[in-house]
Amino acid sequence: MSEKSKASANFSSIPVIALLGLLSLPLVVMYAYLILDTVTNSEPGSLVPNEFTLEHWKFLWETRSGKSSIWLVTLNTFIFTCCITGVILLVSSMAGYVLSRLNVPARGFFLAGVMVLHAFPSVTLIISIFIVLQYIGLYNSLIGVILVKAAIDMPLGIWLMKGFYDTVPWEIEMAGIVDGASRFTVWRRLVLPQIKPAIMALGLFSFLTGWSEFILPQVLAPGSQVQVLSVYLASLIADDNNFDFATFKAVGVFYVIPVLILYVFFQKHLMNIYGGGTKG
Amino acid sequence: MRILLDKFSKSFGTTSVIEDMNLEVGSGEMLALLGPSGCGKSTTLFAICGIHRPTAGRILFGDRDVTNLPSQERNVGVVFQSYALYPHMTVEENIGFPLTVRRVAASDIKKQVAGIAALVHIDNLLDRKPSQLSGGQQQRVALARALIRRPDVLLLDEPLANLDAKLRLEMRSEIRRLQKETGITAILVTHDQVEAMSMCDRIAIMKSGEIVQVATPSQMYQDPRTAFVAGFLGNPPISFLKGKAAHGAFVSTDGKLQMTLPALSGIADGTALTLGIRPEHFGTAGNVPVEGKVTFAETQGRENLYDVVLPDGSVIRSIQPVRDDVTLGDQVRWGIDSKSAFVFAEDGTRL
Ligand SMILES: Nc1ncnc2c1ncn2[C@@H]1O[C@H](COP(=O)(O)OP(=O)(O)OP(=O)(O)O)[C@@H](O)[C@H]1O
Ligand SMILES: [Mg+2]
Repeated sequence: MSEKSKASANFSSIPVIALLGLLSLPLVVMYAYLILDTVTNSEPGSLVPNEFTLEHWKFLWETRSGKSSIWLVTLNTFIFTCCITGVILLVSSMAGYVLSRLNVPARGFFLAGVMVLHAFPSVTLIISIFIVLQYIGLYNSLIGVILVKAAIDMPLGIWLMKGFYDTVPWEIEMAGIVDGASRFTVWRRLVLPQIKPAIMALGLFSFLTGWSEFILPQVLAPGSQVQVLSVYLASLIADDNNFDFATFKAVGVFYVIPVLILYVFFQKHLMNIYGGGTKG
Repeated sequence: MRILLDKFSKSFGTTSVIEDMNLEVGSGEMLALLGPSGCGKSTTLFAICGIHRPTAGRILFGDRDVTNLPSQERNVGVVFQSYALYPHMTVEENIGFPLTVRRVAASDIKKQVAGIAALVHIDNLLDRKPSQLSGGQQQRVALARALIRRPDVLLLDEPLANLDAKLRLEMRSEIRRLQKETGITAILVTHDQVEAMSMCDRIAIMKSGEIVQVATPSQMYQDPRTAFVAGFLGNPPISFLKGKAAHGAFVSTDGKLQMTLPALSGIADGTALTLGIRPEHFGTAGNVPVEGKVTFAETQGRENLYDVVLPDGSVIRSIQPVRDDVTLGDQVRWGIDSKSAFVFAEDGTRL
């Protein structure tokens, strides 16, 4: 945030800020109540909390009967998300390079095909994927759903990476080759660093979509041992017998915390995504 | 190490860029590859360093056939036109990269980088990134990176194109000094004939994928094989007059200029000819008088430059020691030095 632009001298920003503040006030209030509600109780029908309590956060140290432990679920979610991010980054960064630089037969066809794949809403495929996973024995396993989710998100990543590789000047690679480096070394040591902002962006993006993915794990990995947070959260309200809205909210907050942390740490990179690339 | 291109051809798909090129560069020699844009200079260079595979023909380093050897095994240093420095590495890492990929010990690399950096006078810049350097400094980094692993062959693709006039002069002698000191065989690609003439042992002039002539700079200047070569070398450039052969003499189209030339003794009357006259061979000292009007006059400090339009509309350039008695619009009667005039047939070959 060091290069925040100075307020213009002949243009007052106060009215704009006031207007924007007013418009986003309802959102702020809602978020405030979301967090407030998780640590307080209030009289039915009243908006003002009357006591502080941690009972809604009880799920952190007490596993309810019929539910899996929150920590197992969180671990599952982390494994799920990190694996997806890893697979997408690894495959996209390599496939993008190959499509951008090497002589691939039927490159145009391949690129178009990848795009078509991306255009499919994953829901339309879910029945057939279910059958395939069932058949090869990966139904109700983290590996299965990781592979499916990564495969569905990959086309976008490949296209994004290809676009970034296209902007890296050829000469850098030629120089690397005549300097004696192998093609792989050239890719890893010379080309990859040039598109680091894109890798960061894609990684962050994949992490966020993986973290919030619901429908695929819900259908393909519903078992309590492989549950992820989004599925756990949904199971809370699906359960009509002991409906607990405050716990639902607390789990929701718990679910968002990693995303918020990620934003705090990577905000700089998010800002820099368009400032990177090769200069001069 | 000697470089030999033997019937080298290169085409991209259906477009043939170079056909049957033969070229030999002697060991320790510096050769300039000179030619207009798009004639295939860079393509030739890229074939020598192994980036492009030749479509046909052989490339030899010394007696070793390297035609099918990958770049990595050729030990060629290249300075690219755009320098192609690695933007994310410091100068030190850039220069050391060829050694790093060879897994040389880090302390060794440091020592060698320091040595070569001192040679090109950038030892105070080692911690900077390429974007923090001036064009001339970047060029020296590129040169140092090309030289650090003691290549057998050094290829320079218009390395001075982006520099200002003074720096260019400086770098010219610096590159030449380094090349002589290290005894490397070098090929310099350039558009700039002054650069080619001042830096290199020999010049090869290319035109649309063919080598027209290979000779030392002075030979090339005094004895061009074609009108293209004569027109390419020399600044200010040579002027051409159209005419015909008649009784062993060149006769201009309007018949006012007649010049007996020994080269024309066996030529049939009426053959279309072109006469080439360098600016320094047209002036007060020439033996064949020509009359015309001065349409352009410019002083270059030590010398003056004039354009003289002949009655038939053709123009001859003249360069003379500074004088202030001739001004724009004057009618002059100067002479052409017939011994130094070149005469070319219609297809451009010298007679
Ligand atoms: N990859 C390629 N595919 C098709 N044609 C090419 C390719 N590379 C070069 N050419 C063609 O080959 C010809 C020679 O190109 P080259 O780059 O060798 O020219 P050059 O002599 O280096 O010109 P300049 O002085 O402008 O750099 C040009 O007509 C160019 O269009
Ligand atoms: Mg070129």
